[in-house]
Amino acid sequence: MTSFWAVLSATLVKDIRLEWRSKDALNSMLFFSLLVVVIFVFSFDPLAEESRHIVGGLVWVAFLFAAVVALNQTWARELRNQVLDAYRVSPAPANALFLAKSVGNFLFVSVLEALMTPLFIVFYNLHVLGPAWQLIPIALLGTWALVVNGTFFAAMSLRTRNREIMLPLLLFPISIPAILGMVAGTTAVLTGENSAHFYIVLLLTYDVVFTTASLALFGTILHAE
Amino acid sequence: MKRLFPILSIVTVALLGYALYLALVVAPADALQGEVYRIIYYHVPSAWTAFLLFFINFVASIRYLTRSKASTENAAKWVAIGIGVAGLVAPFLPPVRRLIPAGMEPSAVATTIVLIPALYFLVGKLFPGDRLDVLAVTSAEVGIVFCTIVLITGPLWARPVWGIWWAPGDIRLTSTLVLWLIYVSYLVLRRFSNSAQTQMLAAALAVFGALDVPLVYLSIWFFRTQHPQPVIGGGGSMDPRMLHVLLFSWGAFLLFGFLVCWSRFRLELLKREVEQAHAMESLAGAEDSEKASLPLSRSAR
Repeated sequence: MTSFWAVLSATLVKDIRLEWRSKDALNSMLFFSLLVVVIFVFSFDPLAEESRHIVGGLVWVAFLFAAVVALNQTWARELRNQVLDAYRVSPAPANALFLAKSVGNFLFVSVLEALMTPLFIVFYNLHVLGPAWQLIPIALLGTWALVVNGTFFAAMSLRTRNREIMLPLLLFPISIPAILGMVAGTTAVLTGENSAHFYIVLLLTYDVVFTTASLALFGTILHAE
Repeated sequence: MKRLFPILSIVTVALLGYALYLALVVAPADALQGEVYRIIYYHVPSAWTAFLLFFINFVASIRYLTRSKASTENAAKWVAIGIGVAGLVAPFLPPVRRLIPAGMEPSAVATTIVLIPALYFLVGKLFPGDRLDVLAVTSAEVGIVFCTIVLITGPLWARPVWGIWWAPGDIRLTSTLVLWLIYVSYLVLRRFSNSAQTQMLAAALAVFGALDVPLVYLSIWFFRTQHPQPVIGGGGSMDPRMLHVLLFSWGAFLLFGFLVCWSRFRLELLKREVEQAHAMESLAGAEDSEKASLPLSRSAR
């Protein structure tokens, strides 16, 4: 067990340090989602009343696309100098590597969301009508849902030709229930018309199911020959 | 075996033709919808066949994934047996019985659930080793074809009856569409993956897809459905004459699906044999050239 946590924290700290020094993923994600927001603002010019109904979808589409940018870089880093091959032959637990990568991506995407949300509020004159605190569990659970599957499928698409395009093709169909939960939950809170409890439970279920499945299958994917 | 295929093909063509005749001529017109409803004789059998094929794909993928280790294979076996035993007993217990919708017999539910482990063991028996993966790719491909038919015939029917092509957020429509998307991404993965690990990756994706379907269903629970209720064991009712035509049509479609799967299965097996032969040939060629180059390298030294 100690080696599990040691590998996990070592990988996580290494990733955060790399990101802190280069800021590759974060900068590209930030700029990318900024572009998405600006394009959305030009495409839809809604009144405050309408924007409450559509902003839930826009926010999550922007975050989803931005997350793919970061997820694509997760494993590419480990391919240089055959780090992943070295990992494969070492006795280190595969799930520690997977969890470290997922938590790292979760942190990066969360930082992005924290920075981008004020922008959405400014551009769309948002004023939350429902219980605003519920946006926090929706955001956390939704981000984890995107990131845990995204990390898994990014590892999967490493083994394919044109892997950059492969990740969204695998990730989006599987993520549809989670995206629906995030969007509908966010809209419910923003408009205050109905309760978001159902969607929080849905996201929680999704997270539990797919975290378990990823942990059960990641070793097989990593060592597949 | 070789003679069976053309015979079965002729039988299938005859059955499909007769099913078309039954659907267009013999079956009575619907009291509310008139003639438009006749598309269900294609729509519903395609849907059942597609779901069956996707389920076979899931079973084959599970077997393929658990195959590598004896302990996981054992565990999967006991899970399958457990599902069978629970499915046999649970529908008759009063608390569970109350959950079963009206019009659905507990014995029918039990039979359906018992089919799951039966299929699991049958697949394992009939498709040993790498053939499991061949079965998985075959059933996914043919399943997508049938699912596409469902997604095309559905809107064709919905336009005159509902007045819209597609009801966004409808539970059946959305879950069928997502299922189709998942299996298309499954085939895309197979196409773009390198040969050696494709089978493992695809099997893992199939398991993810199967886990996703109930969640899709749950996620749109709140939306009301416009789709007619299921004819068999679902609260929907149907004239027995129509039901007979529907079941006959399904039989013809199942046979057709089986034939397509069979030929696709043989094609995939042959393709893999050819690939293997090519690989062996190039290996032998490499050894020969190595031998041939030895004297040269010696003389160079």
